[in-house]
Amino acid sequence: MTALGALFYLLSAVMLAAAALAATRRNPIHAVCCAVIAFLASAGVFVTLGAPLPGALQVVVYAGAIMVLFLFIIMLLGLPVGKGMVPAARLVAPGVFAAATLTALFSLIAMDPAGRISLQAATAAPAAVGVVLFGDYWLAVEAVSLLLFAALAAVLLLGKARQESPKGGNPA
Amino acid sequence: MTDILLGILVMLVRMAVVLAVVFGLAAYMILVERKLLGRFQVRYGPNRVGLFGLLQPIADGLKMLLKEDIVPDGVDRRIFLVAPAIVAGAALFAFAVVPFGPTFTLFGRPVPQVITDTDVGLLLIFGLSSLAVYGVALGGWTSDNKYSLLGGVRGAAQMISYELALGLALVPVAMTAHSLNLTDIVNAQARLPFAIAQPVAFLIFIISSLAETNRIPFDLPEAENELQAGFHTEYSGMRFALFFVGEYVNMILLGSVTAIFFLGGWHGPFLPPILWFGLKVLAVPVFLIWTRASLPRLRYDQLMALGWKCLVPLGLANILVTGALLAAGL
Repeated sequence: MTALGALFYLLSAVMLAAAALAATRRNPIHAVCCAVIAFLASAGVFVTLGAPLPGALQVVVYAGAIMVLFLFIIMLLGLPVGKGMVPAARLVAPGVFAAATLTALFSLIAMDPAGRISLQAATAAPAAVGVVLFGDYWLAVEAVSLLLFAALAAVLLLGKARQESPKGGNPA
Repeated sequence: MTDILLGILVMLVRMAVVLAVVFGLAAYMILVERKLLGRFQVRYGPNRVGLFGLLQPIADGLKMLLKEDIVPDGVDRRIFLVAPAIVAGAALFAFAVVPFGPTFTLFGRPVPQVITDTDVGLLLIFGLSSLAVYGVALGGWTSDNKYSLLGGVRGAAQMISYELALGLALVPVAMTAHSLNLTDIVNAQARLPFAIAQPVAFLIFIISSLAETNRIPFDLPEAENELQAGFHTEYSGMRFALFFVGEYVNMILLGSVTAIFFLGGWHGPFLPPILWFGLKVLAVPVFLIWTRASLPRLRYDQLMALGWKCLVPLGLANILVTGALLAAGL
């Protein structure tokens, strides 16, 4: 095994362990921290596979933005902090769903001959990704941005309605 | 085999040099700040330890190391212990992609003056700066102290808001340089630094990076007169110092990043490249210290209004104008 291969398996092990901990912790802050570690490890896995762009995006988008928002919400809510693990009975249904999705995904990739070259697309330079994204898939990009804009407008509307409620009453 | 070993050796030496220089600069930046603030406030500043107080950083470091490391009751111990390291670690890690000068030749082999020259350098620096939020937010949350929690929440909200403006300020830079590689970005400024070619982006970048480093006038997460010291109220000894050193390493990182993105990196007349780069890197922290001495702290709603209602729309408009100019071939 090469040094890079050893690094790949090490990072994968860290990623799997952190993901398992994130799914089972009852303390939400611990769960978020484990999820961040899992995302950072997956970024490392992308880099060892020679795909720095998805790795950097993993850090910027998932570890750096989305999980910060999760943490922010948890801190604001001030929920009572649980200890230990979620009871195993509650993990059965999500576990089955996750296993089924994973099986379906892997069988789809195995059936499609184009799936085997998906790594090549991931190792593309940032400029090439941009050209494909905004050239071939511009309609999808615009649709997603419209969807996000709708969500933004809805949140603004909900927040505003709450502010304008009469003084003294509890609008929540 | 010797080639691989030599490569590893060169890499280790480069990392050691970068770490030593950054830590040394961070330690002495604290002295520079105290000296300059002293002068701005018509007093001398520290001048007792060594000649002109030059050994002050060493005395401070020793004092911090010898102080008791207190972990208060009721804190989440693991997170409490790790939070300061996240702030300092994220800032130090970002130096891996910072180029300090052009590639030179030593014993017939090219030696690039950067630890890793990657195509996604800009994104990586951006991502690592967003990871620093975890140190502030977790440090504040885990301290089990309402002032710390308020400081942590403020810090998280402020850093998320200004990250957006920071990103928008860097988009025109990448557009004009046609690359996300930091070396390419510097080489694109061989004739004209982006501070002159992209003045609006430069302004947005400087303001939002001030907010990202949590310094006056944007130091609301630690506002002393309302939150004691915000997110690091409960920290003592070397862990407190780690937050502190993290802030100064961040200032130097900010100096390097500003030099690379806007001030033309190591390009300049007469002087050798590394000297130009050093001068530009140090000019930014001095500017930050000067701002701290001159401006009062913003109110929190003013901070949010400035970020969301002023800098973000301005950044978007600037991208539109840059795109139009590039499409017109100017």
